[in-house]
Amino acid sequence: MTTSAPARWTAALPVRLDRRYLPVLGTFVVLALMLVVGGTRYDNFLTPAVVSNLFINNAHLVVLAVGMTFVILTGGIDLSVGAVLALSTVVTAALLQAGWPVPVVLPLAVGVGTVIGLAHGLMIHYFQVQPFVATLAGMFFARGLCFLIAPESIAIGDPAFVGLASWVQIAGQWRMTSSVLIALIVLGLAFLVLHLTRFGRTVYAIGGGEQSALLMGLPVARTKVLAYVVSGTCAGLGGLLFAMYSRSGYSLTGVAMELDAIAAVVIGGTLLTGGTGFVLGSVLGVLVLGLIQTIITFEGTLSSWWTRIVIGVLLLVFVLLQRALSLRRT
Amino acid sequence: MRDVLRHHLFWPVAALVALLVANTVARPGFLAVTVRDGHLFGAPVDILRTTAPLLLVALGMTLVIATRGIDLSVGAVVAVSGAVALSHLASAPDPAAPGTVLTAIGLALALCLVLGVWNGFLVSVLGIQPIIATLILMTAGRGVAMLITGGMITTVNSAPFKVLGSGFWLGLPTAAVLAFGVFAVVAYVVRRTALGMLLEATGINPAASRLSGVRSRTLTWTVYAASGLFAGLAGLLISADTMAADANNAGLFIELDAILAVVIGGTALSGGKFNLSGTLVGALVIATLERTVTVLGISPLVTPLFMALVVIAVTLLQSPRMRERLTAVRRRPTTGAQRPAARPDPTEVTAG
Repeated sequence: MTTSAPARWTAALPVRLDRRYLPVLGTFVVLALMLVVGGTRYDNFLTPAVVSNLFINNAHLVVLAVGMTFVILTGGIDLSVGAVLALSTVVTAALLQAGWPVPVVLPLAVGVGTVIGLAHGLMIHYFQVQPFVATLAGMFFARGLCFLIAPESIAIGDPAFVGLASWVQIAGQWRMTSSVLIALIVLGLAFLVLHLTRFGRTVYAIGGGEQSALLMGLPVARTKVLAYVVSGTCAGLGGLLFAMYSRSGYSLTGVAMELDAIAAVVIGGTLLTGGTGFVLGSVLGVLVLGLIQTIITFEGTLSSWWTRIVIGVLLLVFVLLQRALSLRRT
Repeated sequence: MRDVLRHHLFWPVAALVALLVANTVARPGFLAVTVRDGHLFGAPVDILRTTAPLLLVALGMTLVIATRGIDLSVGAVVAVSGAVALSHLASAPDPAAPGTVLTAIGLALALCLVLGVWNGFLVSVLGIQPIIATLILMTAGRGVAMLITGGMITTVNSAPFKVLGSGFWLGLPTAAVLAFGVFAVVAYVVRRTALGMLLEATGINPAASRLSGVRSRTLTWTVYAASGLFAGLAGLLISADTMAADANNAGLFIELDAILAVVIGGTALSGGKFNLSGTLVGALVIATLERTVTVLGISPLVTPLFMALVVIAVTLLQSPRMRERLTAVRRRPTTGAQRPAARPDPTEVTAG
């Protein structure tokens, strides 16, 4: 019934937009509305500087949200990304402080995330631990490891790393840092992988129904583990970007950042049950979150805690919207 | 021996005993309890007191998880509860007046009940996934708590309110008496009436239980409301302990600790069968673990690492695949009919 319904809709209304795009479109409309409202309310809001900063400040979150999208599409969840991000910044800073060369440190920092992601995948698939519990344990593990390596914040002074971090491309008022470039590359890769490769299609298939995917002969085990590896790697890379952004490694960075990543994915129209959603939607979600922060800064009179309340309300609106859409479908 | 090993509480209790042994080895007088000024003092009593808020939150969480749900918002509710109670006390002319304290407690609990009802409404009436429905309040809740305290850490002096957190009743910490009392009452009600079975039915198959006449919707709604109420009570205990309402840090990660307590206790997150005694042991394990880390002289900041190790060990040992393997190991000697070979196995299992 559920699966035949969309076909009936499209048959009745051939020009109708594919329903799968509706939530993403909703996010896009919200983003556009926020830009318009911001642009009319405040001077200097719709300037290249503000938009560039939106990307520069949220590059790490874009990478996290991309990784999270993979996991959520398979119907799982990754609570560890904030802690893994912190671990990656700490590893980067500690190794650079110890005098390791940058070309060795960068892959190691990302690799930490990959290994933790792999451990999650194995726990979840082979020991049938629920994703929530496995990644929760991973979160505690990574956070504890951070404190073990460096209880205090470590500043990064390595000239090669600082050089990499301060690479800026300027075109008029537009600015592009190396972290934004990396985030955009990751986004592009993720888009291609999800939509053009066998792995990507298997990810969607598992989210749609793991049993069916298994019966279809798809490599469920490998794909599921790989999804967590992708998320872990993205968290490691996100940590690297955050280390570039903050020029330091600190074990308390990224507390509750996993919630921001999940919120971005949900606002971007991905269903937490898996199988439906787009990585581009998640990036729109990140931009919406970033824009809320920007607007509250521009407003000036609002206190910082309004950010959290607004994000909560926005989450509610999007969840209700998705619920209404899925109800109409059945 | 085999029955003991197979009992669902074996691994959690083993973890708890191991922690207590480690503590006693590190500090021989660890388990000693002394009487001072008519009150009991000592590390075990202290553990009971620190377990109290976690136990309350975990109690609500167990019921919610039994219906196949999850409540991520409890940490935020804890913060809201403390913020409401202390703000009311701070704004009152006499914070120590019994009437004021009772109103503060009443206000906080009522608001938390409303928050719980809101979660229940989203889940049971609108049919939103529990993890998302409660994520909304988890995100917004701390913002609301900050709104109430105005972004400050509200501190206040009120002797009657402070009793909740650090007072004693019949020689035992009030917080512990309160939490264990509530736990006992709820456990009694749930297990001595059909309520527990109905909750499990809802969790195992909501549609089937509804068709067989179980009021799943009302039940689901009730457990979220109860979870909110218990989290509110926990928030009162936490804020009364420090006499400060810190909207950012009160009850931070308590939802995760509570979920861990439930999982360590052997209740699966997939809902259905739940196990309140397991949750009690789980909460005690977590509180003891935190204590152990300080006793062993390790920085408390590293606690999460040990927590992760305990959780990974317990969940892996409880996972279906590991159980199969363990029962296979145990069965082999009996089929091989070699009595001496059966002896090393239990010790091997305990060591693993």
